[in-house]
This record gives sequence, structure tokens and C-alpha cells, in this order.
Amino acid sequence: MIGYYPGCTLKTVASIFDRTAREVFRELGVELRELKNWNCCGTVYSLASDDVMHQLAPVRNLIRAKEEGYTELLTLCAMCYNTLKRANELVRRDPEVLSKINDFMYLEEVKYDGSVEVIHGFELLRELEDKIKEKVKNPLKGLKFAPYYGCLLLRPREVAIDDPEDPQYLSYLVELLGGEAIDFPYATECCGSYHTVGAKELVYQRTYEIVNLARELGADALVLSCPLCHFNLDARAKELEAERSGFEHIPVFYFTELLAHAFGLSELQLKQKGTQ
Amino acid sequence: MYVKIDHTKVKGDLVRKIEEISGVDVNRCYQCGKCSAGCPGAPFMDLLPSQVMHLLMTGRVDRVLESNTHWICASCFTCTVRCPKDIDLAGVMEAIRQIELRERKDFVRVDKLPERLNAPTIAMVSAFRKLTS
Repeated sequence: MIGYYPGCTLKTVASIFDRTAREVFRELGVELRELKNWNCCGTVYSLASDDVMHQLAPVRNLIRAKEEGYTELLTLCAMCYNTLKRANELVRRDPEVLSKINDFMYLEEVKYDGSVEVIHGFELLRELEDKIKEKVKNPLKGLKFAPYYGCLLLRPREVAIDDPEDPQYLSYLVELLGGEAIDFPYATECCGSYHTVGAKELVYQRTYEIVNLARELGADALVLSCPLCHFNLDARAKELEAERSGFEHIPVFYFTELLAHAFGLSELQLKQKGTQ
Repeated sequence: MYVKIDHTKVKGDLVRKIEEISGVDVNRCYQCGKCSAGCPGAPFMDLLPSQVMHLLMTGRVDRVLESNTHWICASCFTCTVRCPKDIDLAGVMEAIRQIELRERKDFVRVDKLPERLNAPTIAMVSAFRKLTS
């Protein structure tokens, strides 16, 4: 059984990601059952070997999943996916860390044992390919998308959902839905991530380069799976228009919005020529 | 004249601490520069990632700590997946950040941020976890 972990940002600024995902998976015959009592995953996996404390938040979510009888935990946000998956891999390969964490969380009724599998929405979609084909009513005909994976779905290699240097799944999905996926050299480039808080200039520069290249290559929109990438490539890009003459943003969509459009559940808000 | 070169003495305690936290033996680096070539933060860094590695190998941690490189690194793992020697560069950068954060040297000052900060939860949680103590 699959449990669903939305994460903080899908409950706020990225609520469209959560809503379209529920609609789309329901259409494909999968009801997304949200964990009853989840907490923040921590957003970033701690890379310090002596820092077990920061592994508590992701592991606690895995306990919640186990408690409710789920064998798989589905994530959509790239950052949640990476953090939960890496914490899970860590406790699976290091029994000492696992017992330390379980000892610390002695008030939990269920002990964690590494038995829950963390998966990303793409992995579930891969299994539903035939159903997706059946459900396409409103193909993305004539639309060109730049596939954008960012970092955390592909790196490091141990948690990659696709080839870290040459991922294909997003392009494949866009084409399955009747759209065109451009060959996008910046598909795996970093957007600047959390520097959007304290070093905005860095994010502006990354956004400028990524959005400009997508536009130059003829993309009508970017398609992605990370709410932080979305914020940087969309909200920050709109701010950038005032700062750099000649720069124009392009629409940025979650992959579930493309599916919802193709299934005839909602419509993509594309930018008309000459308008904002 | 007999000269004994001992890399354990060259490295010093702080480099050993960085190695311990990151699980990386910095001497494995052969300075090919692939990490620096692909780093999206490189244009904003005082030192390139490969220069940081070179300084660590030769025990010049002070030069590393003076730079902004470890703070600019956003843990995108491009260097980590490309390193031909399988060095987890992102882990090394995290260890250097930890050395600073454990002495309460924060990169982002929460009290200096604008009152109404336009950034989603995901950005704030990750920035505070990576860049504040």
C-alpha cells in the first residue's frame, strides 16, 4: 500500500501541485492517501556523518508511514524525495545509526526498521503508462516544453530516479501526452536553491540563464517537479523582468499540471503573445 | 639530507575534522578540475572547489575558511556525481560549513532579513538548516 507525503510547500504556495496530483492519480485509479500525522522532512539531507539529530525528522515520517501500514511512501516534491530517501538509505546501511535514532525516539510505539520504500511520483507513473495513454483526451499538441529536473531527483547517484547526466523521463512523459519536449542542456542545472533567501543575486543569475536558454530554444514553458525550483524560475523570473531589460519570464508548470490538462481535468495557463 | 614528508602533520587537526565529518580522504583528489568546471556556483565563489581541495591537502585551512566557497555551495551534487575519484565534494563543503556553524558563525543572519521575506517555507527551512547554527 502506498501512503502519500505532500510536504510543507505543497500545502501552501505549491497547492496546485498537490491538487492536480490527487486529480491525476485518481483518474489513473490511484487514490493518494495522505499520512495522517506528518511533519517537515527537514528539506535538506544532512551530509555530516556525526549529525544524527537531523535524521530524526525524515525517519519520524517513515515511522508514521509504517504505523499506518504503508509499504511505500510517495513524494512529489524533489526535496522531500531526496531527504526522505537518503535518510532511509542511511538507516538501512548503518544499523548503529538506526538503533541510535530508535533509542532517541523511545516514545514512538513503532520502531523503524528500514522497511518503507520512498518513491517519487515519476516511479508510479512509469507503472501506469498504458492507463495514461488511455486517459489522454486533450493532447498537448503544438506545445514545446523544456524538461527541468534540477538537482535532487538525480543526484547523488544512489537516489537518482533517472540517469544523472542524461535523464529522459520528463521528455518521455511530455511526448506521451502529445506535447514536444525540447533537448534542454540546462535540464539538470541547479537553480540556486535556498540562496533565494540570503543571496538572491545568485538565484537571479541562475534563473536568467536557465529561462533565457529555454526561451531561445523555443520552449513555451518549463516543466518540473520541485516547488523551490518553481519559485526561483517563476516568481524570481518575474521580479527579474524589472531588473534586466529584454528579459522575459516563461510559464513554469509542475508535471501534474500537464497530465491534468491532457486528461481534460483543467487547463494550462499559457502566456499569450504580447501579454504578461 | 634526509627529509621525511608526513601528510598527517601537513593536514592538521581541522583538516582531519573535515575528513571525519565528510568521510572523505582529501588526498585522493588529483586536481583534474572537473568539480570546478561544472559548478553552478563557481562564478560567485572566491575559491573554486578544486582549489579548496588543494588547500585542504596542503593544510591551509585558514585560506579555505576566509573564502565564501563553502557558503555559496548549494549542495547540488554536480561535483559529487562527476568526480572521477568518487570524492563527495558536497560532503566536504558541508563539513567546512559545520566547522564554522559549530562556532556560531552563521552565513545568513535571521535578524538581518527583511521583515516580510518573500520566499516559500521550503526555501526558509533549507536556508536556515544549511546556513545558520
